Amino acid sequence: MSCWETLADYGLRSLGIGERLLPRSDFTICQQVVLIGSGLIWNIYFGVLALVSGFFLATAVALGKASQHRWLAKPADWFILLFRGSPLFIQFFFAYFLFLSLKGQYEAFDLFTSAWAGALIVLFLNTAAYSAEIFYGALRSVPKGDIEAADAYGMTGWVRFRRITWPTMLRLAWPAYTNEAIFLFHATTLVFFSGFPARQQKGDALYYASYFADKTFNPFVPYPILAGYFILLTLVIVGIFGLANKRLNRHLPQEARSRMRLRMNLIR
Amino acid sequence: MFSYCADPSTLSGLTWLSCYLTTGVHMSFYTAFGKVLLLLAITAPVALGFGFLGAMSARSPVAPVAWLGKAYIAVVRGVPDIAFFLFFVIALDQGFEYLRHKVLCPDWDQPIRQGNDFIVCQAAKLPLGSAPEWQHETYGFFLAVLTFSIVFGAFAANVIFGAMRAVPRAQMETAEAFGMTRRQSFWRILVPQMWVYALPGLSNLWMVLIKATPLLFLLGIEDIVYWARELGGTKTPRFTDYPHGDWRVWYFLALLVFYLTFTRVSEKLLDRIMQRLSHGQATAAGEAQRRAQA
Repeated sequence: MSCWETLADYGLRSLGIGERLLPRSDFTICQQVVLIGSGLIWNIYFGVLALVSGFFLATAVALGKASQHRWLAKPADWFILLFRGSPLFIQFFFAYFLFLSLKGQYEAFDLFTSAWAGALIVLFLNTAAYSAEIFYGALRSVPKGDIEAADAYGMTGWVRFRRITWPTMLRLAWPAYTNEAIFLFHATTLVFFSGFPARQQKGDALYYASYFADKTFNPFVPYPILAGYFILLTLVIVGIFGLANKRLNRHLPQEARSRMRLRMNLIR
Repeated sequence: MFSYCADPSTLSGLTWLSCYLTTGVHMSFYTAFGKVLLLLAITAPVALGFGFLGAMSARSPVAPVAWLGKAYIAVVRGVPDIAFFLFFVIALDQGFEYLRHKVLCPDWDQPIRQGNDFIVCQAAKLPLGSAPEWQHETYGFFLAVLTFSIVFGAFAANVIFGAMRAVPRAQMETAEAFGMTRRQSFWRILVPQMWVYALPGLSNLWMVLIKATPLLFLLGIEDIVYWARELGGTKTPRFTDYPHGDWRVWYFLALLVFYLTFTRVSEKLLDRIMQRLSHGQATAAGEAQRRAQA
């Protein structure tokens, strides 16, 4: 079987399209590369959707935490504490079993016991909490002069937030937020190891990598392939976020532009 | 556990619960918490040691040693850490068995990798096939600790490497002016001063390490996640004296609370240590303390 045939058979295997049976013996490098790459679709799906939706909640929570009202600040604080203080792995397990037991009472929760919806919700809330903490820190370091200048121009409320506070907050938070994004994509590999079932062996990249490692008893091929894919993915994220960073900083004099410094914040 | 637990089917309410929570399997569950704490207690210092060695070699003037240190630091970036965990457990195990195989069975002529099998001679098996159960468990735990230490050692090396560079240059120049050798200025000036710069990163790392402990489950250890799944599952009267429905959500809620408390307490403690360490240091925090006193 040539590599093109393998690509046709297994290229979209993680979505359930193509050959139903996974290879069982005589694993070729090509099969491993194709299947692990196919699994990467799920990592990208979880990462992108959680990041985009989490961004808005994170902004809201950060504003809540910075708010003067106790009734806004406290719940925002607890939300951040809850999701940042406990392991994502346990959050996945808890959410899965919660949805499972709720399913008994309400039919609607049937949806959330499958990974594509249930795990997405957990990742969405989790990244929102981590990003909110980043945004909150940035919000507090928005230069006083910027706000005063906005006041002098007669800007108030929504206009001031939309045109002054928010862009500055994003600009200050961006390097840390880039790390959060990279990190979120890495965290998506936990999904299928934490209760959420991979129905009909439709799993993510790590799921297939560990499948091959279990079958061949040779970790030295599938895991480096997985690592290669993730390094590529990381480079793409850094590239995209770098473009956004450029745009956010475009009004600053050249030498004052903050260069993106990448610092990983590791496991969550 | 208690004398009134002899016939659980007659009990109800709190008495039932007190009996249920003290069964033998629950004791294993509680021991698993001990396992997590043991892992933390061993991994933290070992990883710190690995980190220190990594940072030291990354600073080395000998180019290949510096590359080695930098590669060790860089290798954990960009790749999901859970992939490292899954990889190292098998790779370390096979590495050990391979080395023992080379030493113990020199006249073995067949290849070790035959298709999908990894075959070493019987004497090289780790632990030996005839070994008692506890040795298998201990070996598994040892592999897990080593894996955690390698991965977190790289993270720690990154933090310590940064901290070493954060020590003000003037301090090192003064040391040189006093005629100290490279080694002397490293041990007497750099190392004592770098901790205050390393501590924020290291305390962050400690939190991360706490939150990584449930991954023990993936390494095949019977840890708290394993037991929470086992104990929480639906139990029928046929197999147990304490039948109940699917309680896994409650068990995981307990784990969630355990971790939240643990990270919260650590946070408070580390804040206090930072306060103590900043005392008298030429940093913003130390300066703030001085002003507050004056």
